[in-house]
Amino acid sequence: MSRKRPPWYLLLPAALVAAGVLLPLLYLVVQGAAGLAGAYTPRLGELFVRTALLVFLVLLADLLLAFPLAWLLVRVRLPAQRLLTTLAALPLALPGYVLAYALLALGGDYGLAARAWGLDLPRLQGLAGAWLALVIYTYPYLFLNLRSALLDVDPAQEEAARSLGMSPFGAFRRVVLPQLAPALGSGSLLVALHVLGDFGVVSLMRYETFSYAIYLQYSVAYASEAAASLALVLTLSAAALLYLEYRALARLVAGGSRPRGARRALPAAPGPWLPPALGFVLFVIALGLGVPLGVVGSLALHPLAQGVYGDVLGAGWNTLRIAFPAALLAVAGALPLAWLASRYPGLLSRITERVVYLGYAIPPLALGLGFVFLVLRLAAPLYQTAAVLVVALAVHFMAEAIGPIRSALWQLPVRLEEAGRALGESAWGVFWRVMFPLLRRGLLAGALLVFMAAAKELPITYLLAPLGYTTLALEVFSYSEEAAYAEAAPFALALVLLSAGVALGMLRTEKTR
Amino acid sequence: MRHKGTVGATGLLIALLLGTSLAASPELVVYSGRSKSLVQPVIDAFSQKTGVRVRVKYGKTAALALLLLEEGRRSPADLFWGQDAGALGLLARNGRFEALPENLLAQVPARFRSAQGFWVGVTGRARTLAYSTQRLREDELPASVFDLTEPRWKGRVGWAPGNASFQSFVTAMRAQHGDEATLGWLEAMKANGAVAYPKNTAILQGIAAGEVDVGLPNHYYLLRFKRADPDYPVAQTFFAPGDAGNLVNVAGVGVVRGSRHRREALELIAYLLDPATQAYFTQEVFEYPLVDGVEAAAGLPAGLQELRRLAPPVDLDHLYDLEGTLELLRRAGLL
Repeated sequence: MSRKRPPWYLLLPAALVAAGVLLPLLYLVVQGAAGLAGAYTPRLGELFVRTALLVFLVLLADLLLAFPLAWLLVRVRLPAQRLLTTLAALPLALPGYVLAYALLALGGDYGLAARAWGLDLPRLQGLAGAWLALVIYTYPYLFLNLRSALLDVDPAQEEAARSLGMSPFGAFRRVVLPQLAPALGSGSLLVALHVLGDFGVVSLMRYETFSYAIYLQYSVAYASEAAASLALVLTLSAAALLYLEYRALARLVAGGSRPRGARRALPAAPGPWLPPALGFVLFVIALGLGVPLGVVGSLALHPLAQGVYGDVLGAGWNTLRIAFPAALLAVAGALPLAWLASRYPGLLSRITERVVYLGYAIPPLALGLGFVFLVLRLAAPLYQTAAVLVVALAVHFMAEAIGPIRSALWQLPVRLEEAGRALGESAWGVFWRVMFPLLRRGLLAGALLVFMAAAKELPITYLLAPLGYTTLALEVFSYSEEAAYAEAAPFALALVLLSAGVALGMLRTEKTR
Repeated sequence: MRHKGTVGATGLLIALLLGTSLAASPELVVYSGRSKSLVQPVIDAFSQKTGVRVRVKYGKTAALALLLLEEGRRSPADLFWGQDAGALGLLARNGRFEALPENLLAQVPARFRSAQGFWVGVTGRARTLAYSTQRLREDELPASVFDLTEPRWKGRVGWAPGNASFQSFVTAMRAQHGDEATLGWLEAMKANGAVAYPKNTAILQGIAAGEVDVGLPNHYYLLRFKRADPDYPVAQTFFAPGDAGNLVNVAGVGVVRGSRHRREALELIAYLLDPATQAYFTQEVFEYPLVDGVEAAAGLPAGLQELRRLAPPVDLDHLYDLEGTLELLRRAGLL
């Protein structure tokens, strides 16, 4: 690994990306601090309690859901395991607001369940509705993290514990569980950040958290300073969470990665527990996939929905026109940063990585507001252009692209580059002919991740979309706000199909485990 | 894999997408506080008929009005179509509108346009009391909007504090009864557990879904629901004559001062006041036509004449003080 200064073509992107995250944040802080002086402090306390309550309840339910699910799908021999695992993780592809929309359209005296099948389901809204929609939306994060960690656990340690006389439960508690702690920690953090940053679900369910309050202040009362101050408090909460997780896990992962087991634990036969085990897995899948897809599918066929079919293509094209450049821009930024991190590790690369991650962790509504203030002050002609939206989305989701690219880079030995240079190729030639073909899969995976995230995104799009520019996400949200659930369905369906297509594309680029 | 082919194709695709992103500017820019489902068909028909291209920015009337104020001369807007007279009055007071020609103004009765001629009403909209036909009888309904703070209505009322029409209604209440009484009513309603919905349609759906029993929407939403489903379990009525809850407002338009497409904007206004379009508004959107000679659609609650009797005595020009209303709503903790 070289200890020289990194070349300019790596430093420049790093500086640009850092600016893209820190400048909006700076403007948010400035506006927010001004607003905090005049903000209504009793509301802050109330909002904080409501937001914290939601985070806590969602996390609790996610743990109860994701833990057994991960265990069953890794350690127990169930039929069609791979299919079930994929289906259990798929709710990730559905945006939270689509889930909220499905729950709202389903229940109530006039809901889908009542009119189609005579079922009297309660129409969940407020805390209950937001909770359920967010639980379904976020449990895959925890599930995938836990599953990953469980697959990595070395069975030899468990067997040693058992041979020393420990009960199966004791072995689990004292050998396996500690090894899951990092995954639990990072998964929980992801869940908490998503709940904090969520805007679509809490707005549709009318449960007032920070995000919903920010939206109300900004777009209804047009009190941008009040909105900024709330956004600042929200961002600080997210930062506090990040810090807590960092401190909590620092002890656990000190000393680098633990040795990975050469073999995996054999899945145990379920025996008499097969029906309840399978039943549980199927129940989660039915809830996470069946309900939203069922509602969207049946409402898309409703006569009222047919009136908007023509608009779906336009909105879909608008979505692509934003998500595709955002993905390209994110990868274009992530590649030099990942390169910096792997070839020139040091303080600079660590700082830039932290900054990128910060851009991802900032609640999107807050980041979007920061961009609005930034553009209005620094680059007013660019206000309300698609370019700003693309940049904001690329900056926000860049962290998702860095992961796959860094893994791909990590597997590329430096010797390959050196061999190429020794044989007379220029630096650019070496990159293009040797490195790029081997990085393609990582780059593609990164681009697909950002594309999917940008296509479904709502809060930043809501704040920064140009004059009359509407995307699939915005249409679903605005029709859902009007309680025009049938009209929202075709757009939701298009979004779901788009996500599913991209998710399947990603699965094909991924190495199978 | 053929690198050059992929690179070329990707480059072309990028260029195409970026090119369309920076597309040419539209002919006429409209800021519409009215929802897309109501407005877009009219705009499309106008474009087809006159060949004028229109770009519409949809949003909340209050936010768009304040945006117009903040943008000032830099605003790209040519025409403002507000959901209520309040925003129109605000923009007129701030000199953001150009005076309209007399021939356009004369088509609408005096009480439905600006006295100085800065804006003109396009359609009439009445505030009503919507209620569940399954859980309430007509004789159980309150006579005044102020009665909704009584204990028997606890948690049974739906409203939309964020909605422009509601905010205009609050401004009218302030004009009729004063700020103190209005603030008192807002706080009492909140304490009585009134359920806040984002939109009027959501209020009606809330009544149908059984979440609330009564609501305060505009008159025309229910008619659209009923057209889709004649058995929709919600009905609507008015409060006692002269009650604040019966406000008759207008959706109207004004040409933004400094607009570079004044001719096209006036063409659009003329199109909106054309009897054929007015007939569309009443037949398809169920609003009250304001132009002489156009009959209100069947099924509208009360004819335009009776509405004058039911409406509270408030001058629409006085609904401009949106800021004051927003401040009141904030103080009541509703925003």
